[in-house]
Amino acid sequence: MSGFLKSSIGRKIAMALSAFFLMFFLIIHLAVNITSIFSPDLFNELSHFMGTNPLVQFALQPVLVFGVVFHFVMGFVLELKNRKATIVKYVQDNGAANSTWMSRNMIYSGIAILAFIVLHFIDFWIPELNHKYIVGMPEDPTRYFGELQHKFVPVWRVIAYVVAFIFLGLHLAHGFTSAFQSMGSTAGRKKTLQQIGKAYSVIIPLGFIIVAVFHFLNH
Amino acid sequence: MNLTLKIWRQKDSNAKGQMVDYKVNDISEHMSFLEMMDVLNEQLVNSGEEPVAFDHDCREGICGMCSLYINGEAHGPDRGITTCQLHMRMFNDGDTITIEPWRASPFPVIKDLIVDRMAFERIQQAGGYISVNTSGNTQDANSLPISKHAADEAMDAAACIGCGACVASCKNSSAMLFVGAKVSQYALLPQGQVEAADRVKNMVAQMDLEGFGNCTNTGACEVECPKGITLESIARMNREFVKANVKG
Ligand code: HEM
Ligand code: SF4
Ligand code: FES
Repeated sequence: MSGFLKSSIGRKIAMALSAFFLMFFLIIHLAVNITSIFSPDLFNELSHFMGTNPLVQFALQPVLVFGVVFHFVMGFVLELKNRKATIVKYVQDNGAANSTWMSRNMIYSGIAILAFIVLHFIDFWIPELNHKYIVGMPEDPTRYFGELQHKFVPVWRVIAYVVAFIFLGLHLAHGFTSAFQSMGSTAGRKKTLQQIGKAYSVIIPLGFIIVAVFHFLNH
Repeated sequence: MNLTLKIWRQKDSNAKGQMVDYKVNDISEHMSFLEMMDVLNEQLVNSGEEPVAFDHDCREGICGMCSLYINGEAHGPDRGITTCQLHMRMFNDGDTITIEPWRASPFPVIKDLIVDRMAFERIQQAGGYISVNTSGNTQDANSLPISKHAADEAMDAAACIGCGACVASCKNSSAMLFVGAKVSQYALLPQGQVEAADRVKNMVAQMDLEGFGNCTNTGACEVECPKGITLESIARMNREFVKANVKG
């Protein structure tokens, strides 16, 4: 198995698997966030469930953390090898003639997402861990909505969200179908999946942006 | 037409190269790109200069020897052709044309526009073959039934001429299109099954060892491939690779 992960194809498949998990996770995450627009109670209820359910906390969450870390670490590992393979650059290189900007810049859209994940970690995760395990406050199932609203007061954070999610959209515009190709499936080359991919890469980031902007305007 | 050429000149593999400007005049639009290069070289020889070294052999688009990165694209701006089939009618009078060698760490420059593509040979030697006994008792190939669909797809994959345009076009210098084609041409046929697992494992291992990059599925290779090899070959290789590893 370690040999598999040392090979270029094995790494690529692992990259795609982690990406599939992240794409699945984003759907759930967005679904929860959207409820905050029309029902603070439902949002609180779902957040409370996510934050206290042992299956989510001790099975899904570790898998998620592993998936994110694996994905970006492997992204850097692949990028490094690719750079070694292309030390001398062309004087004139017309990349746009044969590929999309998104596909050629996955590492940069990825780094933008990573910067956002760090911010997100500082914003939500550290306070959450602090609340639960360090200070050991009693659980208040109604606290989540207020915390969320509070986050979207400063305009800089809303702008950071919007920019990060635009990069996520660009990452996914190539990544969604690319992940199928990496798994050895040609389905990503068919029109249906290309359209689903396009829809996914617009709807998901747009959804997160709408939630952020909504709370910025309505607190 | 009259043209300005910016060409990579490099004395040998150790020398530091640079782009050098040349002028060529009265180029006919009916000439092939390599004929235009011949005109330049004749000019250089006549004036006592070193001609530009470039690879070519058949000049019919079948051998895969010609290369050249022309105006930022492998085999130039046309599609589905090699450089020897690129015609000067694709360019205009007064154009400046940039001509560079394939750039990839596993394809080091030997001289000027010629690169060493032996890495492809070594990948082939690692598994791009089938073991059949040809010593006088060869079987009739038709004794093995093969579906038309599989035969067609295998033939399409076998069209790869090993030119290296895929590597040259790839931002990662990945050789997956080439190796995918070579793996596919056997994976689709019954003769290829016996050694299928070893073949894909060994060829991929050699590809990695040579220092080619990873595949990001940008698709640049299939656009620039003169023989229409598609990303489906890479997908098939990925499946073959998983299959081979699951089997152990
Ligand atoms: C929730 C966040 C993310 C999602 C949903 C996501 C999704 C994807 C998808 C679907 C792919 C295509 C996989 C494939 O072609 O096999 C991909 C590739 C990639 N991702 Fe992400 N990604 C995320 C975060 C990141 C981060 C933080 C980085 C940090 C560097 C990153 C770097 C990359 C790179 C470099 C590739 C291209 C790998 C290659 O094919 O060469 N991604 N991502
Ligand atoms: S796959 Fe196409 S571009 Fe690559 S070596 Fe074969 S013929 Fe040339
Ligand atoms: S010289 Fe043979 S393919 Fe161009």
